Amino acid sequence: MADIAMTGPRGPKPKKRFSRTNIFLYGTLIMISMYYLLPLYVMIVTSLKGMPEIRLGNVFGPPLEITYEPWVKAWSEACTGVNCDGLSRGFWNSVNILIPSVVLSIAIASVNGYALSNWKFKGSEVFFTILILGAFIPYQTMIYPIVIMLREIGLMGDLGGLVLVHSVFGMPILTLLFRNYFTSVPEELFKAARVDGAGFWRIYFQIMLPMALPIFVVAVILQVTGIWNDFLFGVIYTKPATYPMTVQLNNIVNSVQGVKEYNVNMAATLLTGLVPLVIYFLSGKLFVRGIAAGAVKG
Amino acid sequence: MSVVEDRSLQGAAGAKRPIRLFRNPMAKIASIPMILTAMVVFVGGTLWTVVHSFSGSKLLPRLNWVGFDQYERLWETPRWLISISNLALYGICSLILTLTIGFVLAALLDRKIRGEGVFRTIFLYPFALSFVVTGIAWQWILNPDFGLQNLVREWGWESFVFNPLNDPDTVMFGLLIAGIWQGSGLIMCIMLAGLRGIDEDIWKAARVDGIGTVKTYIRIVIPMMRPVFITSLVLIASGIIKLYDLVVAQTNGGPGISSEVPAKYVIEYMFRAQNLGQGFAASTMMLVSVVIILIPWAYLEFGKGMRIMHFLGMIALVLLTLAGFVAVVVAWSFSLSLLLPLVGFLICAGALTAYLRFVKGHIQHG
Repeated sequence: MADIAMTGPRGPKPKKRFSRTNIFLYGTLIMISMYYLLPLYVMIVTSLKGMPEIRLGNVFGPPLEITYEPWVKAWSEACTGVNCDGLSRGFWNSVNILIPSVVLSIAIASVNGYALSNWKFKGSEVFFTILILGAFIPYQTMIYPIVIMLREIGLMGDLGGLVLVHSVFGMPILTLLFRNYFTSVPEELFKAARVDGAGFWRIYFQIMLPMALPIFVVAVILQVTGIWNDFLFGVIYTKPATYPMTVQLNNIVNSVQGVKEYNVNMAATLLTGLVPLVIYFLSGKLFVRGIAAGAVKG
Repeated sequence: MSVVEDRSLQGAAGAKRPIRLFRNPMAKIASIPMILTAMVVFVGGTLWTVVHSFSGSKLLPRLNWVGFDQYERLWETPRWLISISNLALYGICSLILTLTIGFVLAALLDRKIRGEGVFRTIFLYPFALSFVVTGIAWQWILNPDFGLQNLVREWGWESFVFNPLNDPDTVMFGLLIAGIWQGSGLIMCIMLAGLRGIDEDIWKAARVDGIGTVKTYIRIVIPMMRPVFITSLVLIASGIIKLYDLVVAQTNGGPGISSEVPAKYVIEYMFRAQNLGQGFAASTMMLVSVVIILIPWAYLEFGKGMRIMHFLGMIALVLLTLAGFVAVVVAWSFSLSLLLPLVGFLICAGALTAYLRFVKGHIQHG
């Protein structure tokens, strides 16, 4: 390669910066970006305006007078039914659901993936196939039997029940993720550990777990956004006192009684979207990797 | 396969052959949650629902057989028919638009531009947000008194009307704008990964042959990206059938029942109308539609050369076409807007023909 480079100029002819194609290209991209950015912008702008200003002006205008009151109100005063302690309740409910669900689902799925790639037993592939196919079954067909099962074990309406549900429905995609990762680990490593007398759990904790840290991060990102954004399971398997944030947000915004306070609604919406957005902007490429891993094979 | 595996392990463990079931007991114990999930929740739960859809359950599930009564009633309920035609309209539009937008965005980003990361971040961030947040944000932007419509009117176009969320005929398009906003970034990402996987030499060869960029995309790149397109298709399709939160947050099925969808119908009948049997029948219909869509895909992905899959795939296609016909007739008889399902059906039929030809080519090649 180096000696060819010496013989003369190579590579494409340097392009003009403002060629017609470039203007078209960037123009289109910027136009489309506007469509994607518009809702976020409108939400932020609206949440910083007072109600009188919203009634007068247009949604796209920047706030003339910035007020943080809607945010405070959304967090601690907004009403759902008779409760008027704002979204904070939903936020803490969501946190209480999120942490055990993420830990439990990833713990189960990583062990599954490990067993499926290194400790195949008769029928393991069958169960795995059923698990993956199960990811395509509409949730609606399984919702009611799960209600019955949760009632039987006394967890219906409880946060624990919702944690179980999240672990169950997170299992297909996470198991796939971990199985694919552990399959790519050289088998010699596993065999060497076997020869040295390490058992199932020891190999898992001392060899596989430390190696799989990046994939654990991907799984955490996948689960945190997925569980935080869940609405369906939250609305069915919890009761009003334990509603997660998304359900409470919907109840605040779409309640029929009272005057609509659009600025408070938008502040509440942004608050709910904040957790996944922060994760998205912090994790960058890992987020993409997570959804790609989930998507390409799922 | 497992036999070979076991033998190699056994060689290390010792000569005595233990009972098969108790070999590697830890692996099996650790897999219990997975086995329970797969067999009890997924298989058991689904079968339970299907079985109970033939019962007259009302408030509580009971097994008093009523045959196909629930299904007959289901297909006579206008609300269900509206749900189905809404989902068909939303599904077809969403499929076409998401694939197109996703591919175009990916192709634009693949033109070696500056700031690719910035653009990609912008296109993908809505995917991190929940459907509830998406629905509420767009509900606000599409608000007739304060949102887009008001803005254009303030600019001086007094008679401008853009109020999809309060118009029964166009409400699904209001949902569509939000749905595409949320989901197209994901497809763009997948498409971009697919484009990056295409050999640079292909582009060089095309340039040498004097083929234009657009033509290269259409004639060479897209056919090469067939697996990526199929993956995207399955992904979008399985997302469409789950459409629920967005509707609840953005329109709550309104105005009236004009933006109802099947998933919402199921939940309403199970948990509000206390008519479990209807809910079970409706969810079974959802399951059937998923199976019909999945079989051809499963055939292409896993069942190459399997006669039975080919057979099932063909049956599924015939059923799908029939379902399209039924949808048109139903829409006709309920005098819902006739044009939309008809256009939808034509697109559907076109897609089917193409798909059929493709499957046929697939069989001849492999």
